[in-house]
Parts: sequence; structure tokens; C-alpha cells
Amino acid sequence: MTETFVPPTAFAVPGRIAVNNRAAATWQTATLTEIRRETPHAATFRFAVPQWTGHLPGQHLMLRLTAEDGYVAQRHYSIASPPGDAGHIELTLDHVEGGEVSGWFHTVARPGDSVEVRGPLSGFFAWPGDRPALLIGAGSGVVPLMSMLRHHRARALDVPLRLLVSARSPEELIYAREYGAETMLVFTRGAPHGVPVGRMAAVHVAPLLAEQPRGGWEAYVCGSNGFAEHASRLLVEAGQPVDRIRIERFG
Amino acid sequence: MNVTRGFTGRPRAHNTGLPPGQYDAGDDWPVLAAEVTPDLAPADWTFGIDGLVAEPRTWDWEQAHALPASAYEGDIHCVTSWSKFGVRFGGVSLDAFLDTVRPDATATHAVAYSHTGYTTNLPLADLTGGRAWIVWEYDGKPLPAEHGGPARLIVPHLYFWKSAKWIAGLRILDHDEPGFWEQNGYHARGNPWEEQRYSGD
Ligand SMILES: Cc1cc2nc3c(=O)[nH]c(=O)nc-3n(C[C@H](O)[C@H](O)[C@H](O)COP(=O)(O)OP(=O)(O)OC[C@H]3O[C@@H](n4cnc5c(N)ncnc54)[C@H](O)[C@@H]3O)c2cc1C
Repeated sequence: MTETFVPPTAFAVPGRIAVNNRAAATWQTATLTEIRRETPHAATFRFAVPQWTGHLPGQHLMLRLTAEDGYVAQRHYSIASPPGDAGHIELTLDHVEGGEVSGWFHTVARPGDSVEVRGPLSGFFAWPGDRPALLIGAGSGVVPLMSMLRHHRARALDVPLRLLVSARSPEELIYAREYGAETMLVFTRGAPHGVPVGRMAAVHVAPLLAEQPRGGWEAYVCGSNGFAEHASRLLVEAGQPVDRIRIERFG
Repeated sequence: MNVTRGFTGRPRAHNTGLPPGQYDAGDDWPVLAAEVTPDLAPADWTFGIDGLVAEPRTWDWEQAHALPASAYEGDIHCVTSWSKFGVRFGGVSLDAFLDTVRPDATATHAVAYSHTGYTTNLPLADLTGGRAWIVWEYDGKPLPAEHGGPARLIVPHLYFWKSAKWIAGLRILDHDEPGFWEQNGYHARGNPWEEQRYSGD
């Protein structure tokens, strides 16, 4: 029995990416070089990580903070920057109320501070730029999707890429200035004059699935668990195969 | 130690039940799954064991429920850093299933797989001796679909990605074979007390 066991059921196995085990196991120092405000509740933190071995758009890392008494807090964060940004990575953090790690970032952190990171992690929610990508995100769930969009632009890839983004309101829209014709925005609480307010629904998803690119879409869904459940159900109902939906849930 | 300037952490009670690097999620039960939550009715659920066993067998919902009931009450630990104390799962001990199929003397490992096709590998020793269950109840109620209902595996002494949701079966092997997350950079065994998170830990 040397063959790899393949379960008799379907799963999103195409395009698993080999993860660099050494990088995943090694903590590295990341030095904060810049903080950019995105929205009243979210900011982007740019780090110099000289030994970073690179990542694929969509991957995340583990970050840890250490208190003087040795207490450690570690959390996962998606990487916002594209792979081309050598020696640097960017994270975008929501300020979670009462949040231990995001609270430190939003109220204490300043350029020159250092934290520890390990990664990149997971070869599953990753898009090397090789197949048509249908990206759906809400809130800070747009972070790994932006890495994909930036990669697509930086490399001038011609493989189709479409983005559906849900935000509470224009003020809460992360990366507002960066979206282009590939993106459809959905506002759930407040919208610019003349734009409807409401949840992402079949009307947003169906047209994208009607215009199937060659080889079909690889769908990437990212956000809170509630959003991930809702968006993945919309995709399935619109005919997207379950084994071509990759989900990242922020908890 | 690499102290982070100005980081004190949340005031915390000294909690000895918490493995290193974990925090207490309290009443929260975060959902972490990379796949679409399947719409799987109890009537369509089955659980099978094959591979290196004397008598491969598949149980349906009623047959599985006819086995002696067994509960787990204790803590669970997810690799994404949260732990949950004093949870209560009801189902059947995996021993009851394994006793029926009788693994060969050469059997050392198992691959658990779900109705969604997710896989995870486990040493057989982690699945026997009252350390693993197939469960369908959480806190006295049916296990919610997003947490693996109608039935999931639980192996509470390992990180929770080993506790395959929507469990469909076990393939018994004479060697170790990495499953889905293990191929994606996670540790082969995943002992929370030794912080075996990623391969190389
Ligand atoms: C793969 C992955 C990628 C992610 N990527 C991103 C990303 O790109 N951007 C992003 O912003 N987030 C991301 N997240 C979420 C991120 O990991 C953190 O969960 C988030 O930043 C909150 O962490 P925190 O330490 O600030 O909050 P926590 O301290 O963990 O608190 C979270 C909530 O729980 C409550 N809470 C928890 N413990 C206690 C306690 N003991 N007492 C009282 N209240 C408590 C807090 O009040 C708060 O409401 C990602 C998660 C995953 C799994």
C-alpha cells in the first residue's frame, strides 16, 4: 500500500501549492515601517522582513506579540501585498473592539516596532495567477483578495479576474481607491446617492457565472463565517461546483 | 524572548488548562473550514472503515446509533489559537467501531475522510483506548452543520483539524500518509501541548 489514498468524494484539490515547511516553522522579526489608514476601523501595516521567502497571493501568516512577563498572543493575518514586493509584506487589520492583537496595532504600534511572524502558511487559499478567479470578500475579507488583484495588475495577467466586495458603507470600504472595472461593490448599510443598499444576493453572483470563462471560475470566498456561509451558498445556487470554491473564514 | 514594546495582553486569570499559545474563546465557537458546508441529512450520512481490517464495514445513521452511547466532556484546542473549555459531545466511542472491523496487526495509521472529501491522518494509537469519538450531539442538541453535523470525528487531545467534520470514513493503513492540511504545511500529529502546529515544529 504505497499509493496515496484518495477519498471517494469530491474536494477542491486542484492547484494545491507546496508550502515551504522551513519558512512555516521559523519565526522571523518583522519591523514596522509604515502605517496607512484605510478606513476609520482598518489600517495597513507595512513591514520589512528581510528573510521573507515569498508568498502566493491569498496566503496568510501567523503573527505573535510577546508581553514582558512572557505572555504570548498569536493570530493569523492574510497578506495584503503582492509577491513582487521583495523584502516587505503588508497586513491590513480591522480594529476589533476589545481585541488583544488588533488593539495593540491600532493604539500602540508605531514605525520602528518589531513583531514576529512565521509563514507563509497554507497552500489552499492561494492563487498563483494561473486560472480565472472569481473573488468574493466582505470587510477585512478583501485582504487576501487584494493581494491577488495587485498581483494580477503587477504582472499584467490576462487570465480573467472578477471581484465582488461587500462593505457596510463607502467609508468602511477597505482599499476604496484601488478597485477598477473588475470589481462590483455591494453596500449593506449605507451607499452613495443612487446606489441600492442591501446584502449580496443572487443578482450579483448570477451574471458572473453566466459569463463563464474558459475552464470555469476558481472561486475564492473570504470574510467572517456568516459571510462565508452566505456567499458560498449563493455560488452553489448559481451553479458553481463545490469543489471549485475555496473558503477562508476569519472566525 | 522578543518582547513587543507596549504589549501587555489582556488581563488574564492563571489558566493551567490552556496549552501554550492558546487563548480561551469563552462562549464563542469559531468556524474554520476551507470547504462549503454540505447539506447532509442524517438519512444520507454513512460512516465506513476499510483498508487493513478483518471485516470492512459501513454503518448508516441508525446502525451507528445502535452502538453503545459514549460522551466526551472536556476541552478542545484549535490550531488557530483558540481553546474551548468544558464542551460536551455525545455519540459513540471509536473503539466500538474499530472492535467490529478488527484492524490487522500491521495497521499503524488511519486516514479520516469526510463527506466533502477532506482528509486528515492519525496514528491508530490516537484513535483507540477511549480517546476518539464519532459524535452527533453538542451540548445535548444535534451537532450544527457548520460544526460538522450531522456527525463528526473528535480527537480532543489533538488540534481540532484532526477532528474531521462530516466524517465519512477511516481507511486503515500500515504507514503514515499526510492528509489535506498536513500536505498544506501543518504538522503530521498536532499535539497542542507540544505546540505541533506546522510541519517542522
Ligand atoms: C486565516 C485567517 C486570516 C485572517 N486575516 C485577517 C486579516 O487580514 N485582517 C484582519 O483584520 N483579521 C484577520 N483575521 C482575524 C484575526 O486572526 C484576529 O482574529 C482578529 O484580528 C482579532 O484578534 P484580536 O487579538 O484583535 O482580538 P481577540 O482578542 O482575539 O478578540 C476577538 C473578540 O473576542 C473577544 N474576546 C476574546 N477573548 C476574550 C476574553 N478573554 N475576554 C473578553 N473578550 C474576549 C474580544 O472582545 C473581541 O470581540 C484572520 C483570521 C484567520 C483565521
